[in-house]
Amino acid sequence: MTADTPSSSGAASAVASANVAAQPRPLGPWRQAGRTLVRNRAAMVALATLVLVTLLCLFAPFYAHDIAHVDPFTSNVAGSIVLDGHEADIMQPNDNPLHLGLSPIGPTGHAAYLLGADSQGRDVAARLFYGGRNSLLISASAAVLCLILAACAGIAAGFFGGLVDTILSRLMDIMWAVPVYLFAISLSIVTVSQGLKLGPFVIEADNLLIPIVIIALVYVPYAARPIRGRVLALRQAEFVTAARCLGVPRWRIVLFDILPNVMTTLVVLGPLLMALALLAESALSFLSIGVQAPAASWGTIIQDGEGLIYTRPMVAVAPGLAIVIVVLALNILGDGLRDALDVRDAARRSA
Amino acid sequence: MTGSPSSPADQSSADPVAQTAHGPSGHANAKTMLRPTDTATAPLLSVRDLSKTYDLPRGQSLKAVDGISLDVMPGEVLGLVGESGCGKSTLGRCLLRLTDATSGQILFEGQDITRLSERALRPLRQRMQMVFQDSYASLNPRRRIGDLLAEPLKVHPGPDGRKRTPAVITGRLHDLMELVSLPVTALDRYPHEFSGGQRQRINIARALALSPRLVVADEPVSALDVSVQAQIVNLFADLQAQLGLTYVFVAHDLAVVRQISTRVAVMYLGAIVEIGETDDVLHHPAHPYTAALTQAVPRPEVGALRHPPLRGDIPSPVARPSGCRFHTRCPAVEDRCRTEEPTLQPVRSGHDVACHFPLAAN
Repeated sequence: MTADTPSSSGAASAVASANVAAQPRPLGPWRQAGRTLVRNRAAMVALATLVLVTLLCLFAPFYAHDIAHVDPFTSNVAGSIVLDGHEADIMQPNDNPLHLGLSPIGPTGHAAYLLGADSQGRDVAARLFYGGRNSLLISASAAVLCLILAACAGIAAGFFGGLVDTILSRLMDIMWAVPVYLFAISLSIVTVSQGLKLGPFVIEADNLLIPIVIIALVYVPYAARPIRGRVLALRQAEFVTAARCLGVPRWRIVLFDILPNVMTTLVVLGPLLMALALLAESALSFLSIGVQAPAASWGTIIQDGEGLIYTRPMVAVAPGLAIVIVVLALNILGDGLRDALDVRDAARRSA
Repeated sequence: MTGSPSSPADQSSADPVAQTAHGPSGHANAKTMLRPTDTATAPLLSVRDLSKTYDLPRGQSLKAVDGISLDVMPGEVLGLVGESGCGKSTLGRCLLRLTDATSGQILFEGQDITRLSERALRPLRQRMQMVFQDSYASLNPRRRIGDLLAEPLKVHPGPDGRKRTPAVITGRLHDLMELVSLPVTALDRYPHEFSGGQRQRINIARALALSPRLVVADEPVSALDVSVQAQIVNLFADLQAQLGLTYVFVAHDLAVVRQISTRVAVMYLGAIVEIGETDDVLHHPAHPYTAALTQAVPRPEVGALRHPPLRGDIPSPVARPSGCRFHTRCPAVEDRCRTEEPTLQPVRSGHDVACHFPLAAN
């Protein structure tokens, strides 16, 4: 019986500790993932694109008032602008032989009406930026809300299993069986025509909360399923058993052992869900059951441009391009995040 | 290593390991702790007819643990050996209620814990801990070592019944690192930055954070390099002597068990076939299976084997042989072995064997 430092193990670990102490203070797994992401050129270009688009959209009021000097929300069919010293009507006669009907002005190459006007004589460029605010706000909020709901459902189903899992999983299966867009369209038609009355709370039909909640809801099964799978695997992990063995209450296990390990899945799903939400939002708005006029979103602008597709294709093409660029960037960023957040990979790199 | 047990009253009253781990007073405490008392014969852990059956598809079932009874005395190290698949890890997990037994009884400090709820079990968890085989899988890769080790200290109240303050926890973490010979800087690091041996030290530190009386070690060294194995086994032995711990040490390596155990139980197909003092069992095995296992340990000697090596594989626990569970591979099988199942019977004092024709000590 001695309380001396164990000699054999002490000597050996002195060597072991030396090489631990020699390293600089370690980076956490998140910081390490951040470094990997920064080194990923494609992901960085995607991120820069997203930041740029977001900034442009944030500065939409500044662009409209101080650069283009236009009001993108009121009809301007009778108006005119001064281009290179001479005045031009916003709505111009068609160049068919009989000059029947009017077409909005095309891209001007000037600050005002840079991308031309839509059929109501509103500045497409200004509306594009304003619409981007709505589109990005809705898709980002929907993605976040969807992730929160999916994380709750996925963790509950995966961790508690049994009846909870059965009920949640079957519910998801039912939602899964209905095509997403059909589901979203049905919900939108009901809420957009009547608004939403929940007891004392009334949500008006033009409230952005409506498309946000609907889009978040319909994508919950898509996000919850991989989360549930991850949690199922984690529940069997030895460190969860170890936590149980230490007498750690279940809520703490969920919060400190399960959630941090699911977080990587959530972060990777985030951009991908936002891309899906952006597409869904555009589709709903295109069908006039998303963002309501006179407010704009990329989907509503495409709809405005639908009738002008042969004469003024820019009205539909510009928001279409914006959607393609943002969705592509989100997907590339998601891939980069997935590569950067592979924990096992991180361990291999440091080894 | 003395086998003299300590009184449960001494131990459960406070945080004995915490005291011994602190400074110069540790010496005296460790001695008083191991004073023999009138409760000398009370086992710390008792298992009565414990079984664990897994239901398989098509109505089949797998008996991983098949009616095991054993006592673990305070201060002893019980080695649990057997081939892989013999149910020794399942038994270890059942002992700590990490896996629920199908039938039987587990008594810890005389209290039946077999059917206690997770919540009712929580206070008892402070006194029974586990070290796992896979040192990496048993540490959450996303948390720093300091957080991992502090977790049990945050969850359980201190010896005074109140929540431990951050200062107390930090102090305890430093003590723990010293106990397992790791630098304090390791607390800021993540599990993947350590070698297997260092990680196992961290696992040991975590298991000891709450000053348990019983530690179940589930093959704690079998995933490590041989050179590191010895260090970790030595650490286990040193800690046991220093803190008066009781171990159930699961292993498949007899050399490891020989080094650390006071008693050894040999398992075959979910049951104990031989149990006794380590030297007695390993030098004078009474069961042909134990004899064969001892032969399998490489020895730096030239000479004929005393017992023939085993043939065949361990039978499937789904279709257990009738009679003696070992008769399909036994070199000395007789007709009686095929029909009649032997029970554990003493061959010498403190040495039981489940065999109709035990080998004579030579």
